[in-house]
Amino acid sequence: MTVEFEQLSCRELVELVTDYLEGMLPAAEHERVDRHLETCQGCRTYVEQMRQTIELTGRLTVEDVSPEAELVLLEAFRAWHTA
Amino acid sequence: MAATEAELLDALRAGDEAAFAALVREYHPSLVRVARMYVSSQATAEEVAQETWLGVLNGLDRFEGRSSLKTWIFRILANIAKTRAVRDGRTLPFSALEDPARVPEPAVGADRFLDTEHPRWPGHWSVKPAPWPDEALVAAETRDRLAEAIEALPATQRAVITLRDIEGWSSEEVRNALELSETNQRVLLHRARSKVRAALEPYLEQA
Repeated sequence: MTVEFEQLSCRELVELVTDYLEGMLPAAEHERVDRHLETCQGCRTYVEQMRQTIELTGRLTVEDVSPEAELVLLEAFRAWHTA
Repeated sequence: MAATEAELLDALRAGDEAAFAALVREYHPSLVRVARMYVSSQATAEEVAQETWLGVLNGLDRFEGRSSLKTWIFRILANIAKTRAVRDGRTLPFSALEDPARVPEPAVGADRFLDTEHPRWPGHWSVKPAPWPDEALVAAETRDRLAEAIEALPATQRAVITLRDIEGWSSEEVRNALELSETNQRVLLHRARSKVRAALEPYLEQA
């Protein structure tokens, strides 16, 4: 008798994507995801879109410090140093 | 910025304004973002961040470098922000009762999948995601949509995705700065990234 390794569903896979991409899945689980991806076009696209999302996010920049805030802080720095 | 942290500390202690200005430019925007998780308005978050710098200056001579300067600065921020939140009567994020892992929040809506009882394909896509066209990915409008999607996230998720994916911090740095467990850091990152992907989808599929 063979024990069938339980198949991962797409619905389960989308919840494992971050752990998968972060390399945080246990080896057996990682392999389950890989095996699912081999045969599932929809999930391959999904994982690719998550990678693209991360990459696009990485190109954003956070806003700069306002000149007013910087001025206030530099003044505080000068006061601190001369104190 | 100075080459090593020791050099940077020496420069700051010697009153080097350029070194301080560089440090402020590097961390201030993230400080405001993180503060936003604890307090209710952008203006208060800005105040908390400014107060953090005063705390940094006050503690600088005693800072021994047991943690990185970055970790230390964000610890000061967390303390100030929490005090402020309590004073303003806000409940703190990440309290034991608000453990994000306890409240499920699917990455993709259930309507995109076949029923889990489906005879042949349980839990498989009913509407598969369609690949995104390369040209649309680099469009300025995509960037705007992405920024909007991040802005719309709950403050805790927004802080985690900002530090991890925009600022490029390691998960450990984020956990230290935000005082999160390993699991919660990943849950929040997962939810943030999943929502941002979902927000881009309707726009990019029509592109």
